[in-house]
Amino acid sequence: MSSPAALRRPGAQTWGTFLTGVWRDHPIFSQVLGICSSLAVSNRVENAIAMGAGVTFVLLATAVFIAGLRKLIPGRVRMIAYMIIIAAFVIIVDRFLRAFFPPISEQIGPYVGLIITNCILMGRAEAFFITNTVPQSLVDGLANGLGYTMTLVLIAIIREAVGFGTILGMRVMGAGWVNWVVLSMAPGAFFLVSLFIWITRTLAGKDA
Amino acid sequence: MSTFVGLVTVFIATLLTHNIALTYLLGMCPFISLSKRIETASGMGIAVIFVVVLTAALNWPIYNLILVPTHSELIYYITFIITIAASVQLLEMIMERFLPALQASFGIFLPLITVNCIVLAVSLFMIIREYGFLKSVVFALGSSVGWTMAIVVMAAINEKLRLIGDIPRGMRGPGIVMTSAGIIALAFLGFAGIVSL
Repeated sequence: MSSPAALRRPGAQTWGTFLTGVWRDHPIFSQVLGICSSLAVSNRVENAIAMGAGVTFVLLATAVFIAGLRKLIPGRVRMIAYMIIIAAFVIIVDRFLRAFFPPISEQIGPYVGLIITNCILMGRAEAFFITNTVPQSLVDGLANGLGYTMTLVLIAIIREAVGFGTILGMRVMGAGWVNWVVLSMAPGAFFLVSLFIWITRTLAGKDA
Repeated sequence: MSTFVGLVTVFIATLLTHNIALTYLLGMCPFISLSKRIETASGMGIAVIFVVVLTAALNWPIYNLILVPTHSELIYYITFIITIAASVQLLEMIMERFLPALQASFGIFLPLITVNCIVLAVSLFMIIREYGFLKSVVFALGSSVGWTMAIVVMAAINEKLRLIGDIPRGMRGPGIVMTSAGIIALAFLGFAGIVSL
């Protein structure tokens, strides 16, 4: 956390919010949120990019709506309000993918719908958007979205390169390469993400 | 007879070969955070079974009898989410009134379930795969029991791991849970080929 003096300068605060989202409180490794999709959709890079872009878009849109309506949303029903706002934008993402990228939509179909229950969205809505202004929330949404996308793509690059021998469909491994099929399946996702968690947590000096 | 065999096949498939936690990688947030103790894990599991079966049984008629005839399939995400949130709330109220003992044992997990992705996932899968009503309910039951099985096994492993100790610092907590889950998932790959969906 930045010191109170640093927080008084608006530029520093925005930058702080951004850095916190991208690195310090990284949604996947630090808070262990949004794991489902990061595991399931990271078998190919194109799926990861589509999913990351979708989540970032929904984060930005809900940031505007929830932060803008934060004084009008009654505390008791705020959860359901978040969900309806999020679901509305997820429908847009789903339709968009189906219209312009049908092969991707076919592969990650049900997981797009599951953006609704991605804990990152509910988490950011409850922890940040509901108590902050629209511009601040946009920065936070963008930072969390980018942090999420970055990780997803990174995991996907490794999984696709090692599991299929390709990146974005292009061959990257030599002719003699034997695919590590296990990395493209569920166990590989678990192993890789746990490895990432191990590395980032050791670097950040976090305990448990 | 053949429909019965079909239902049994779906149940076994969702339990072993198409386990929702270990093959589809869903419901991971509670899988990681609530798998520290067996009692907590099984409490959450029972609550999940309740809610998943109930919401699948509600969402199927809502989709096929209301949304499809009125050509409003587009909004099924919103509809499903509202059904799920409402039935969780209702279940909580009913339990508070009539089954206080049960409420005390797993009631605290109910609010968490609204954002557990497997509840929504089961409803989405049954629509996408165009299951009939009975098949949907069996699929929901199998998926949630399969998830419960996975989280209880995970919790048992975690309890043993605590006795051994000596886990590298950065690996403690979620890291080691994910690694163990990977090994369990690897073991479950051995069931592949028994039944197919």
